[in-house]
Amino acid sequence: MKTKKIAVMALAAALAMILSFVESQIPAFVAVPGVKVGLANIAVVFVLYKLGWKEAVAISLIRVFVVSVLFGTAVSLFYSVAGAVLSLTGMVLLKKSGLFSTVAVSVTGGVLHNVGQIAMACMLLETNVIKYYLPFLIVSGIIAGIVIGVIAAIMVKRVNVEY
Amino acid sequence: MIRSGKKRLADLLLILGLLLLALVCYLLFSGSGSRGNVAVVCVNGEEVARYSLAVEGRYELNGGSNILMIRDGCAWLEDADCPDKLCVRQGKIQLDGQCITCLPNKLTVTIYADNSEVELIS
Repeated sequence: MKTKKIAVMALAAALAMILSFVESQIPAFVAVPGVKVGLANIAVVFVLYKLGWKEAVAISLIRVFVVSVLFGTAVSLFYSVAGAVLSLTGMVLLKKSGLFSTVAVSVTGGVLHNVGQIAMACMLLETNVIKYYLPFLIVSGIIAGIVIGVIAAIMVKRVNVEY
Repeated sequence: MIRSGKKRLADLLLILGLLLLALVCYLLFSGSGSRGNVAVVCVNGEEVARYSLAVEGRYELNGGSNILMIRDGCAWLEDADCPDKLCVRQGKIQLDGQCITCLPNKLTVTIYADNSEVELIS
């Protein structure tokens, strides 16, 4: 039973990394730093619903570290960790409340990831430009979050993980 | 997973709430809309240069990592060595409070309306 869980988690972590790589190949369509589709969040939301919040936190952090080492820089690691931690906190709390569906959880995750990244950037750069980007980050996070949430919901429904 | 009507309503309310938040942020922070007259360049949060928007010019910032252009009261980054080039794509800025950010190079260019600066230049 335990082995199967480890296998599923490894699969999800691999999926999250591949999705991060795919996303890094998509050129940015809006010239606002921090705007991302957040494809890797599909894997995180899936694990959050199928395995639990601790497992989702683990997958998300593994993804952030490995992706930063492979494709990023030391600075981008700081941005990503801040985004991931804020996003995970929001998603876990929202899911625990039991009031919302996958879409709302994913939307919150998307918005908070964007905001967390840029907030960390502004702290490092000691500027307050965040307020100027905030509306764009929230709206793009909502749109991306809805798409990711719908995909994740389909995966949660269709993929059977029995252990 | 049960997609009940109540959950859909809660989702909708949450998304509407976030949209409202975005609108409030936009209204609060969109700035005065007045033209600025000075471009301040910061690297790592520290001001390294300050250029008047009234003077046309091409400046190499941060040891040449980003090229700043100033013409017709607008400032923009013409070129940069960062991988995503988002700073170049952010285009021209001219209004007080507007800002171009290059996260990989930790560089920002912000427009200010600085009255004392006008007198200094003229």
